Amino acid sequence: MDEIFGIPAPLLFGQLLLGLINGAFYALLSLGLAVIFGMLNVINFTHGAQFMLGAFVAWAMLNFLGLGYWWALLLAPIVVGLFGVLLERTMISQLYKLDHLYGLLLTFGVGLIVEGLVRNEFGSSGLPYRIPTELTGAWDLGFMFMPVYRGWVVIVALVACIATWLVIEKTKIGSYLRAATENPALVQAFGINVPRMMTLTYGAGVALAAFAGVLAAPIYSVNPQMGSNLIIIVFAVVVIGGMGSILGSVVTGFGLGIIEGLTKVFYPEASATVIFVVMAIVLLLRPAGLFGRA
Amino acid sequence: MTIHRRGLLAGAAATTLPFASLRAQQANTLRLGVLTDMSGPYRDPTGPGSAICTQQAVMEFASRLGVQAEVIQADHQNRPDVGSNIARQWYDQGVDVIVDVPTSSVALAISQIAREKNKLFLNSGAATSDLTGSACSPNTVHWTYDTYMLAKGTGAALTRAGGDTWFFITADYAFGHALQRDTSSFVEQGGGRVLGSARYPFPQTTDFSSYLVQAQASRAKVLGLANAGTDTANCIKQAREFGLTRNMRIAGLLMSFMEVHSLSLDTAQGLLLTESFYWDLNDRTRAFSQRVQPRMPNRAMPAQVQAGCYSATVHYLKAAGALGAAAAKADARAVAERMKSMETDDDAFGTGRIRPDGRKIHPTYLFQVKTPRESRGTWDYYNIAATNPAEEAFRPMAEGNCPLVRG
Repeated sequence: MDEIFGIPAPLLFGQLLLGLINGAFYALLSLGLAVIFGMLNVINFTHGAQFMLGAFVAWAMLNFLGLGYWWALLLAPIVVGLFGVLLERTMISQLYKLDHLYGLLLTFGVGLIVEGLVRNEFGSSGLPYRIPTELTGAWDLGFMFMPVYRGWVVIVALVACIATWLVIEKTKIGSYLRAATENPALVQAFGINVPRMMTLTYGAGVALAAFAGVLAAPIYSVNPQMGSNLIIIVFAVVVIGGMGSILGSVVTGFGLGIIEGLTKVFYPEASATVIFVVMAIVLLLRPAGLFGRA
Repeated sequence: MTIHRRGLLAGAAATTLPFASLRAQQANTLRLGVLTDMSGPYRDPTGPGSAICTQQAVMEFASRLGVQAEVIQADHQNRPDVGSNIARQWYDQGVDVIVDVPTSSVALAISQIAREKNKLFLNSGAATSDLTGSACSPNTVHWTYDTYMLAKGTGAALTRAGGDTWFFITADYAFGHALQRDTSSFVEQGGGRVLGSARYPFPQTTDFSSYLVQAQASRAKVLGLANAGTDTANCIKQAREFGLTRNMRIAGLLMSFMEVHSLSLDTAQGLLLTESFYWDLNDRTRAFSQRVQPRMPNRAMPAQVQAGCYSATVHYLKAAGALGAAAAKADARAVAERMKSMETDDDAFGTGRIRPDGRKIHPTYLFQVKTPRESRGTWDYYNIAATNPAEEAFRPMAEGNCPLVRG
């Protein structure tokens, strides 16, 4: 079979694969959002800025400290995660008792400020960051040319998603977290420090965003608006998957990456819209999202 | 300390008084509003640098020409609605000329408003050739480049050099469409063919891999990037990643050296691109660039759009000086006429002229990006590959369909 719907089959397979790669970024970013919303009930609009900070910290480590990609992959999430911890301690924790909307407004504002500060310092056109030499090159798959680095991104994203899921679903600390979400007062009565757990959870969610940022740095232009372009789509992913559902955000992330990839072949002009069309349909049929609990 | 309402009111009245007298003094001050992208993808090649270059022109020339001028600035966020609102407000509040305005969709809207209110619009940053074509206006002068000139500079040169099959990746709005249309016509005139194109949603796209793979599958020899700013940088970065550069040439149809700077020479080396200004062209451009560089964001060299703002402002001040500030403020169309009747001459763009359709003409240059080995340091990025003389670089007036000059 050479053609599917009038599109040459090799091209279609290539696009499916690329969709999967983009889906890996959506999954990784929406995972962080889902963890934060699931545990803290905060809609973290700073996520895009934290993703961008991950990439900028990687750049700064290379240029000011001489630390390359592999160090950045380890250290940048910790640095940005600590920024998240500070943000949670000083500001977000004040808002837990109020409506979700306040958390959303606060994090949205902080995101804009962070983006503006970075733009003021580094400009908007972006900074160069190279693919590490170990991961340069490409495989010729016959139907397309597949850069090694993109394959690496998919594998790492999958590992991170599975690891996060295991920590939350299968470990003791994960069970504390889930319990604290259901009934914080009771968990605290058992002698567990719930506020500290919340802080660490937020830090971990932010670290995931920064981790995705470091992964993105070699392939996307490292610029202040790199996060805000992605974040709207990622929010749609979280809503479709079901707010706070970890499995939902991962599956939806990859799934929507593929749908978007196919749209780019058949009607590229609609590729930014198709995700929101899916979101509207899902909200009409299943208001809690595909994997959410009503 | 307690504060009484009466005290506050008296204080407020006292602070407004000096402004009132100042306003009387400033009745004949020329007011220039730099309306540009301060926060989006075009900020670096336009943005604050455009405002600084406009101020530079005022600093150097206003007192010499016997006029008073002030410069204000705002961010149009690349949105026609935001830009139009600011433009209306500015013109109503006594701004005489709006300078820069990158993003063609915003520029076309403002050109209409300037005409309606008989104010002046000096465009440097937008590219659509319609500004001096079907949408031309007696109140608009288009300074630095346009899609026709960019298409001719890069498109025709590459087609002549054997790149006779093209695939376009195009930003889905007025500018991208115009750039693709104009380039396609040069490719076809040169005996080449356009094999396909993909229009992507602007500005929400960061990943271009899907379009790049489509381009690769088309087996075209040249990939034309009908976009600008960070989109172009992203496309080039990812094109290298996907190995397109092995069998395709990449033509960044609107690239400034800011994008080259952000990509680094490693990634950008060998690219061909067309610009009408480069800081290291000659003694005058070097002198201008060194004067303005200390005030630029990140001490960058001025890019072509920013230099265009300087050049346009210098010429405007000369025309306004010749007419007298009061007359210049009263009738923008007369200022535009005056500008068209005088030869332009400044350090950034050398000598040139403005045609009756509002098109400023000057030589343009096809540059090739240096290899890291050739470059002598930061900002040393280009070799000149070809020069297009002023009279040939831009679309002939008769072909533009501008109603002002028809018949």
